Amino acid sequence: MTLQTRDVAWNRGGRLVVDGVTLDPRPGETVGLLGPNGSGKSSLIRLLSGVARPTAGVVTLDERPLAEVPRREAARTIATVTQHADTTVDVTVRDIVCLGRIPHRGVFGGDRRADADAVSEALERTGLTAKAGESWHRLSGGERQRVHIARALAQRPRELLLDEPTNHLDIRHQLDLLRLITELPVTTVVALHDLNLAAMFCDALLVLKDGRAVAAGAPAQVLTPELIAEVYEVDAAVTVDAVSGRPQIAFTI
Amino acid sequence: MTTATATAAPTRGGSRPRFVGVGLAALALLLVSVGAAITLGPADVSLVNVRDILLNHLGGADIPVRVSKEAIVWEDRLPRALVAAACGAGLGLCGLILQSLLRNPLADPYVLGISSGASSGAVVVAILGVGASGLGVPGGAFIGSLVSFAAVLGIARLAGGGDDKLILAGIAVTQLFSAITSFVIFAFADSDATRGVMFWLLGSLEGVRWNGAALCGIAAIAGTLLCLSRAHVLDAFAFGDDVAASLGVHVKRERAVLIAAAALLTATMVSVAGAIGFVGLVLPHAARFLAGPLHLRLVPVTALIGAIFMVWVDALSRIAFSPSPLPIGVSTALVGVPVFIAIMYRRRRTL
Repeated sequence: MTLQTRDVAWNRGGRLVVDGVTLDPRPGETVGLLGPNGSGKSSLIRLLSGVARPTAGVVTLDERPLAEVPRREAARTIATVTQHADTTVDVTVRDIVCLGRIPHRGVFGGDRRADADAVSEALERTGLTAKAGESWHRLSGGERQRVHIARALAQRPRELLLDEPTNHLDIRHQLDLLRLITELPVTTVVALHDLNLAAMFCDALLVLKDGRAVAAGAPAQVLTPELIAEVYEVDAAVTVDAVSGRPQIAFTI
Repeated sequence: MTTATATAAPTRGGSRPRFVGVGLAALALLLVSVGAAITLGPADVSLVNVRDILLNHLGGADIPVRVSKEAIVWEDRLPRALVAAACGAGLGLCGLILQSLLRNPLADPYVLGISSGASSGAVVVAILGVGASGLGVPGGAFIGSLVSFAAVLGIARLAGGGDDKLILAGIAVTQLFSAITSFVIFAFADSDATRGVMFWLLGSLEGVRWNGAALCGIAAIAGTLLCLSRAHVLDAFAFGDDVAASLGVHVKRERAVLIAAAALLTATMVSVAGAIGFVGLVLPHAARFLAGPLHLRLVPVTALIGAIFMVWVDALSRIAFSPSPLPIGVSTALVGVPVFIAIMYRRRRTL
């Protein structure tokens, strides 16, 4: 009972950006999407979020085709954090997190109590409570990412989709952010560039190349030197961390 | 503890009861402004006269008032003040809608070519006499604005879509229709006709009557109600279409409804009052300064301050060079630009 794809393909203006991908996460786990630039990670996230419709195959939410789920209903279950979401409007952190309550509004407004609870919980989880009154334009890149995640959490989703959330963050903020995401009680699909971060934090990985899935499974099974050579065209040595049992990748020149 | 202040209600615009109080005060100020504006002008009319005349017409009273005063207030100044209020509210809301949807603080009905199309339509009817009997100048303006807006949308689509394309198409179409307007005036108009049309191109509330007031009033009220019902949608567009869609907004449908509403609203206002510039651009910024960024507050505040602003600007343009009136578009720019610069200065980094 989650958000799944079955053999989805997306023909985007004559180019097959996603080609027959099946994704079936277990509830509550964190799935990492890997692959080089242009491999279809962002496109797959767009299909999962329902912003774009697949040209073949089907995206399902609880076994129901996502295209048939009303948008507001979908937005109460699926929250998405995209790349480069910026604004010219002078909004505060709290204003943005409150946007996450829009899908829960009825015709005559919403449940104010539930709205307030969801917003303060989202601020609390992302460590933004003290920054609630701050203007968006004064925030650092890492804080902006966290605001968007807080906005997504205020939607009270069961499925969370993130498109390269660690881009442009320093290493400490990358680790903090991924720890935050993996500790959330939701099913998460996250597109990542950094193989070591993916190995550290994800329960399962799906590796894409040219829109096709080339490997899927637990990080230790997926991240082999052969696969890295095939997908990224670089040589790498993979060792397994004795404590965590997770693979570690060292690239060789 | 710093979190206590942070978790208290929104930072600007105050708490909810205070906001409602301010809103009611603004509404009262609008009514007082209309009443006061009516007393201003070459013919001497007092507030008591205004009250008596309104009671006679609306309350079924029978208070003796001189017929000339009755005619000036009821036939001229009152409908004129109401058109001014409706235009201020309507044009302000258009700017608000377009700035939110296009995510561009400079968007307004002018940028999208709606007003210049209306001018061309009006000039074609007034000077070339095309459809002069059936349409009249307002009808020509209405059609012109819809044609120009359709052209903007069509060109933007040909260019591959996107908000920046829409702005570029708007600039191109504005230039085209300004050229058409100038061409028609240059080639076909005599000096009398030119003077009449020029006045109208700069915006004019001369000679508006109750039918104009009713049309603009209905449009402004309908526009306000639509925007209020779509307030959260307008908020959701702050971070672009994808974020709005992920919040459950039906992006294509809402966009179509709101842009069509803005086009119709502008076309209506321009067809009655001519091309009044600058109001649509400035008022939303002034409203944000007062009410913060959220549209549930921005919509009523924009409509109210727009109405109050225009009522006073119109009153000033009537009496400034009395008896010859100043085109209202001239006054809006003369008053609006300094206000705009002051707001830009106060808000510096984030426009």
